[in-house]
Amino acid sequence: MWYFITRRIAGGLAALFCIVTLTFFLLRLMPGGPFDAERRLDPAIRQNIERKWKLDQPLVVQYLGYLRDLGRLDMGDSMTREGQSVRELLLGSLPKSLVIGAVALASALAIGLAAGIAAAVRQNRPSDYALMSASMLGFSVPNMVLAPLLVLVFGLWLRWLPTSGWGGWRHVVLPAAALGAAFAGRIARIMRASMLEVVREDFVRTARAKGLGETTVILRHAARKAIAPIISYLGPATAGILTGSVIIEHIFAVPGMGYYFVSAPGDRDYTLVLGTVLIYSSLLIVFNICVDIVQALLNPRIRLE
Amino acid sequence: MSSANQAHKSPFRISCERFVRNKLAIACLGLVLFFAAACVAGPWVLGPTYAEQHLELRYGGPSAAHWFGTDSLGRDLLVRCLVGGRISLAVGLVGTLVSVVIGVGYGAIAGYAGGRADGLMMRFVDVLYGLPYLLFVVLIMAMLGRDVSPTQRIAAMFIALGAVQWLTMARIVRGEIVALKEKEFVESARATGAGWPRIVFRHLVPNITGVVIVYSTLNVPAIMLQEAFLSFLGLGVQQPLPSWGSLIRDAAGVGVMQAYPLLIIFPGVMFTLVLFALNFVGDGLRDAFDPQMRV
Repeated sequence: MWYFITRRIAGGLAALFCIVTLTFFLLRLMPGGPFDAERRLDPAIRQNIERKWKLDQPLVVQYLGYLRDLGRLDMGDSMTREGQSVRELLLGSLPKSLVIGAVALASALAIGLAAGIAAAVRQNRPSDYALMSASMLGFSVPNMVLAPLLVLVFGLWLRWLPTSGWGGWRHVVLPAAALGAAFAGRIARIMRASMLEVVREDFVRTARAKGLGETTVILRHAARKAIAPIISYLGPATAGILTGSVIIEHIFAVPGMGYYFVSAPGDRDYTLVLGTVLIYSSLLIVFNICVDIVQALLNPRIRLE
Repeated sequence: MSSANQAHKSPFRISCERFVRNKLAIACLGLVLFFAAACVAGPWVLGPTYAEQHLELRYGGPSAAHWFGTDSLGRDLLVRCLVGGRISLAVGLVGTLVSVVIGVGYGAIAGYAGGRADGLMMRFVDVLYGLPYLLFVVLIMAMLGRDVSPTQRIAAMFIALGAVQWLTMARIVRGEIVALKEKEFVESARATGAGWPRIVFRHLVPNITGVVIVYSTLNVPAIMLQEAFLSFLGLGVQQPLPSWGSLIRDAAGVGVMQAYPLLIIFPGVMFTLVLFALNFVGDGLRDAFDPQMRV
């Protein structure tokens, strides 16, 4: 098991290294730089600025310098937001994005699993069709359509919840709902299909033959095995939540990481772009490693691969 | 496959018949075709162009002349929704085509090669799966700069979205090829002296057409969503050209929404309906063509 975990972590670090390298050189290949304002700078001033940011050095030297700083957990200062370090900017905004993402994912899991199991138990009955149509609607409505509709209904017409900004749990409800709905729908459909397969297996029949109650058979025996595909879906789901939260933060004016992610590439703020990409990728990679470990714990065959 | 014996139905034909019996999926297919036809033909029939401004008609409600009303610059919203749909559907279709070409090629070669090459190629796919690839697409689109023409921008989207959306297809195709390559017809093709490209692309790939159709149908809504994501962030098509994503972004401000909710409801509902129908069609095709997935 420890061998398995160290191998996954090493793989994750290698992937992170590739991402940083790719992003670094991609940024420099693109036309324009952080200090190309509308009005032309005096050459002497420009030279000073470039010296300060080490932009006058060969690209490889800059790259190695950046890696060295990263090793000390230093992501540098923002190139276009004067006097602010990338770490400050991102640490200030990351918790808001994390709260929305975590609430969205957790509620999507709870609702999706419950709906999937309920639909499977009532296969081909009207309630099954109703649940499955609802889940299809859930993941067909794009978050950028659902979010404004929620704002319209609950924020502007009913005035139950705030439409934008940050502060307190009331500001989390609508963004998390808009972000999580698609994943709840998808999880419900995967869980239903998986449950229908599992309830035909012998061990479920054995559980029934032992005289266990139907609730115990479904929840303790069948659902436990049927949950495996949901766990492997969590990786892609997290990637979707991360990118989706960029849109959600924009619509609800949440001062989260999405704001920097969208504005930094346009400003050619090299350090800030690298910082956001690095944080998003690390989040995803760490989460994927956790998913792998949970899967290996549940299924010993994976560990031996 | 079918020429030898007319009475014997090919598996492909059986699957098609199974799909046709699925009334919901057929209805959804009709809906998608209706919207596609409307998006292609509608703007010509209706008259006003997507960029035509009538400043005296700003934020006009629905009327006989403008069925969906007009937007902040007095442009006809119905025409803008239809032209936006054209772009969304085009990006969805062409992006899917790009992803199918890459995914089928990659998966088929990996599956047929087997051994170390296969292991290495699929390991690469695993690594890419774990990356936040949409972030890279955002990065590339943001870096394109202002001096890129609208056509170039759309072309860049076709390629960028197709190039990140082929992973699932490659995995599925590889699995199918691995299962097929030990069959006798491959052996006989090899015995007649066919090289590996001929065996892979003339003998193996045509046998998995059904699966490829199913998963590319499911890819179309996924790529349309990503196009909308880019256009919403202002990185996709540029003004005055509309796309469903940019129409929604323009109408999603709290102030605009409170005063003129129809501006977001029309494109939003249209977009959702098309995605909903496409997902049902894809689901129906999967039920009909992929018996293993059938429950």
